[in-house]
Amino acid sequence: MTQKTIDQCEICPANPNAKLVQLGPDTNAHEYVIALAGNPNVGKSTVFNQLTGLRQHTGNWPGKTVSRAEGAYSFDNKRYKVIDLPGTYSLLSTSTDEEIARDFILFGQPDVTVVVVDATRLTRNLNLVLQILDITDRVVVNINLIDEAQRMGISIDARGLSRELGVPVVLTAARSGEGMPELLREIAIVATGRIQTKPFRFATTSRNVQRGIDRLSKMIHRAFPSIPNVRWIALRLLEGDQSIIDAIRLDELGLLETLREKEERVRREGAEYGQA
Amino acid sequence: MVRRSRVPNEEILTTANALRWEIGEDLHDSVISDLYREAERIAGSVTVRKGEKRRFDFDRTLDQILTSPWLGFPTMFLLLAAVFWLTIEGANVPSALLSSLLVDQGHPFLKSIGEVIGMPRWLSGPLFDGMYLSMAWVVSVMLPPMAIFFPLFTLLEDFGYLPRVAFNLDFFFRKAGAHGKQALTMAMGYGCNAAGIVATRIIDSPRERLIAILTNNFSLCNGRWPTQILIATIFIGVLAPPYFAGAVSALAVVAVVLLGIAFTFLVSWMLSRTILRGTASTFSLELPPYRPPRILQTLYTSLIDRTLIVLWRAIVWAAPAGLVIWLVSNIQIGDASLAAHIVHSLDPVGLLIGLNGIILLAYIIAIPANEIIIPTVLMLTVLLHGIVDVGIGVGVLFELDSADAIASLLHAGGWTLLTGVNLMLFSLLHNPCSTTLYTIYKETGSMKWTLLSAVIPLVIGLGVCFFVAQIWRIVAGG
Repeated sequence: MTQKTIDQCEICPANPNAKLVQLGPDTNAHEYVIALAGNPNVGKSTVFNQLTGLRQHTGNWPGKTVSRAEGAYSFDNKRYKVIDLPGTYSLLSTSTDEEIARDFILFGQPDVTVVVVDATRLTRNLNLVLQILDITDRVVVNINLIDEAQRMGISIDARGLSRELGVPVVLTAARSGEGMPELLREIAIVATGRIQTKPFRFATTSRNVQRGIDRLSKMIHRAFPSIPNVRWIALRLLEGDQSIIDAIRLDELGLLETLREKEERVRREGAEYGQA
Repeated sequence: MVRRSRVPNEEILTTANALRWEIGEDLHDSVISDLYREAERIAGSVTVRKGEKRRFDFDRTLDQILTSPWLGFPTMFLLLAAVFWLTIEGANVPSALLSSLLVDQGHPFLKSIGEVIGMPRWLSGPLFDGMYLSMAWVVSVMLPPMAIFFPLFTLLEDFGYLPRVAFNLDFFFRKAGAHGKQALTMAMGYGCNAAGIVATRIIDSPRERLIAILTNNFSLCNGRWPTQILIATIFIGVLAPPYFAGAVSALAVVAVVLLGIAFTFLVSWMLSRTILRGTASTFSLELPPYRPPRILQTLYTSLIDRTLIVLWRAIVWAAPAGLVIWLVSNIQIGDASLAAHIVHSLDPVGLLIGLNGIILLAYIIAIPANEIIIPTVLMLTVLLHGIVDVGIGVGVLFELDSADAIASLLHAGGWTLLTGVNLMLFSLLHNPCSTTLYTIYKETGSMKWTLLSAVIPLVIGLGVCFFVAQIWRIVAGG
């Protein structure tokens, strides 16, 4: 908000380096992978359509999106692949659609996870945001439907929320395209690693649980030193999440070791970008 | 590289298991409540609400009515009846206008052009009398009800009513061993069964998804609405005084819809106890906020996305079907047309189940698109009963201006109230159209399930019609 003039230049159509080009279904040669997550019926598909120029069917009931959609856009001469994940309320239960979303965020290693949030139902939507922040720190929170919130007399302090969550927060009304330039810019900043996010991690009140998490975290960290989110994996193990148990047993968590290397590559590119 | 001391993975799992026992059952609840507490705190600190919460209260009050155990079903029933009533009452005038334009004026006009340029009858016959007329009929009969029904339905969808229907029906689906979201795919089926089949992707469990696919055909699709509405008007509406006729016809259609829902539950229940055994899985369904429907946008999208696309499909299928009808009723074998031979051999079976050979032949011709059942039936009736004072000629599809004319024609063709009722039942309970079958094949990738989805409703339909015919004849003594 404070850098309004800079924003406008960066997203100005006259600036050839910062133009949004909707690439539709052409996901070839992408540099960054963006995942769209969020509760059902918050307008993920509308955001997706705005970014890619595709026309996914949108509607007013949860479950309208039946197949995982992929599309692409280019912004600032970088190509982004966008994946519209199934709507999900939580990552803690074990239903199939929620596992698809969670596994993609965890194992698909998107460069940025954009969590689309219904501004009129912030509390419930934040439950998912907090869970995603527990898995990954490359998050942009997109508070959507602010037009509807305004009509209901609700206003949201984006900067305050950004301070609380430790990640960028963008207000949008995707149906009318409001706020999309800001969203594009924040995605680019997080993707290129130009800012380091400090995601909020919720505390556990139960001392028993905390002790268990601490003990397991230590063991997991020793076994898989490069995993960034040991705490979350420890919690899932305590809950008896079968897919995580299997991953540990088959040593598949080792796959995550590549995450560190990838992070380093991205950060390197970000540094180059900063100099350019 | 420094060799790190690795903890054997199994040891992690053993420790986790031990800790799980120590912490006990409340872990999940404790984590969830921590999450909720934090979410609530953060949301509260960054949200400013000014003014009243009237809208929220409005939503709550409305939900208390629409999803109440007592009022939920009656309101559902009333809304459904109101939608049909508006469709039936509203479609009459534009339907008559279109048919006078396309059939009464368009058809002779085209024929006269054909004569002027010297077109031979073997060409002008199938072209104008077969293909053009069947397309014109489909447009004039289907466009007006669809242009009313789809926007009304989309308005309800936009308003947020569909999830409430799913909420109301969830109990029954669970009892039937099926998934509650099947209510949503069922609702999609009222537009088009092929679309409903694709929508079953929202159901995660393959078992419950197959149940939803196999029973989607019990949702009357738009291709069958005109048949239902017309037959209800002709045979059931006339039983009531004129000013009630529209309402009574609408109620008859609602009864068929409810019967379809009953069969959805019954067949789901039977499937989940035989070849698709299992228990219903739980799921959460959000009741989204009621949103004031965007009327103009809804009108636009439901006309472009739904009405025109569906209409186009009907036209595309009507043309070749019109050709087939023209051919079977104009090719002579011995002393009668091919159509006559087929109808006479189908008659015994047809009459046994309270229908007739003409209806059965019409259903064979109309496998690609249910939309053209009625014109096919009417044309074959005229042809085979030697009725010459209506229609335009032998083997010609025609439009009859009013429901009265169709009624007198069908009575002359030996139709009774039983035939009308059974046609409505058979239109609900028969194999899906070829597009739907192809979609089922694509979605399941299995010939077995595709065949089953055709055989189940067909067997039920034949059985129900036979049963109704026998009871009817005993009671009526006929």
